[in-house]
Amino acid sequence: MEGTNGMLYLELFYVFFKIGLFGFGGGAAMISLIQFELVEHHQWVTITEFTNMVAVSQITPGPIGINCATYAGYLASGNVFGSAVATFALVLPSFIIMLILAKLMSRFKDNPYVESVMKYLRLVVVGLIAAAALMLITPESFGENYADWRSWVIFIAAFVATKWLKLHPILMICIAAVVGVIIY
Amino acid sequence: MKELGTLGTMFLSFAKIGTFTLGGGYAMIPLIEREVVTSHKWIEEDDFLDMVVLAQTAPGILAMNISILVGNRIAGKRGAVVAALASGLPSFIIILLFAMFLTQFQDNEIINKMFCAIRPAVVALIAVPVFSLAKGAKVSMKNVWIPVATAILIWGFSLSPIYIILAAMVAGVATAYYAARVSRKDGTQKDK
Repeated sequence: MEGTNGMLYLELFYVFFKIGLFGFGGGAAMISLIQFELVEHHQWVTITEFTNMVAVSQITPGPIGINCATYAGYLASGNVFGSAVATFALVLPSFIIMLILAKLMSRFKDNPYVESVMKYLRLVVVGLIAAAALMLITPESFGENYADWRSWVIFIAAFVATKWLKLHPILMICIAAVVGVIIY
Repeated sequence: MKELGTLGTMFLSFAKIGTFTLGGGYAMIPLIEREVVTSHKWIEEDDFLDMVVLAQTAPGILAMNISILVGNRIAGKRGAVVAALASGLPSFIIILLFAMFLTQFQDNEIINKMFCAIRPAVVALIAVPVFSLAKGAKVSMKNVWIPVATAILIWGFSLSPIYIILAAMVAGVATAYYAARVSRKDGTQKDK
């Protein structure tokens, strides 16, 4: 038991270190990385738990990456230590990379190679976020055969409200919660 | 003693930023700026903007990257640790309480009903930035295949995002290398 637990923490560390190392483009882009590792690859978290987790991350303060790591670490291990390992592992690559870059800052600025890589990464990030959204459209959230029309109405209403009516995401999620209690 | 005072003030500043920013990294930038540039004058405005650019270029959590850079500038490696810890700790504690609470109440009917409606709403929340970011990334008819292929490979073919990120880096370096060679060739031809 002790041994398997040890392995779990090592794996948590490795997975979140990797996410921290390749997590370009901010929190939303990181979601597809986290989802791939936690739901598809390691199956520590079910897709429903993952979607709930993303929702909670949106309404609590702080960076979404930290929120996801803490939450996922807890779900995977069932205790606080798992959260701490996942969060520490996620931030560690940032730490190493930023301290190195701080020394090279002047050389790094306006470097044509860095600019060219960033141009490609920005395009990929758009796709990463689109993938994250597509992967969250699941039968668990949209009903068997994606046939729950209430989910689709909520989805479309939420999209319109955030994109065009500029409703604050937290307020939007709170409204959705109230709607859920009424209609389900 | 004076250093300890600075570290203490820094810890409080960054903990405040971590506690009161909702909505992730980009929402934190103006708050960090107000604390470290305007109120405490630890860093010049220009330096701060350079740090933001650098933090955006690097992988990892944007707010963390900025905190580490700012902390490092103010008080070296120790400052970087203090800033990172302080800006991450509040969200760590709050989300942990949420996780514990929700695992405890996972069979609660009302909470489940709430999440039934929240889940599709969250999908919309993730989908919205796709369009605004596409503008920022200068998506055009010529390069739109890159984000489309990325999304299809990950979503439809379960390819790890890491491979696509690596491929994008290789493509970026190759393009810059090619551009440098072409311009060098042009240069020598003009010399002749």
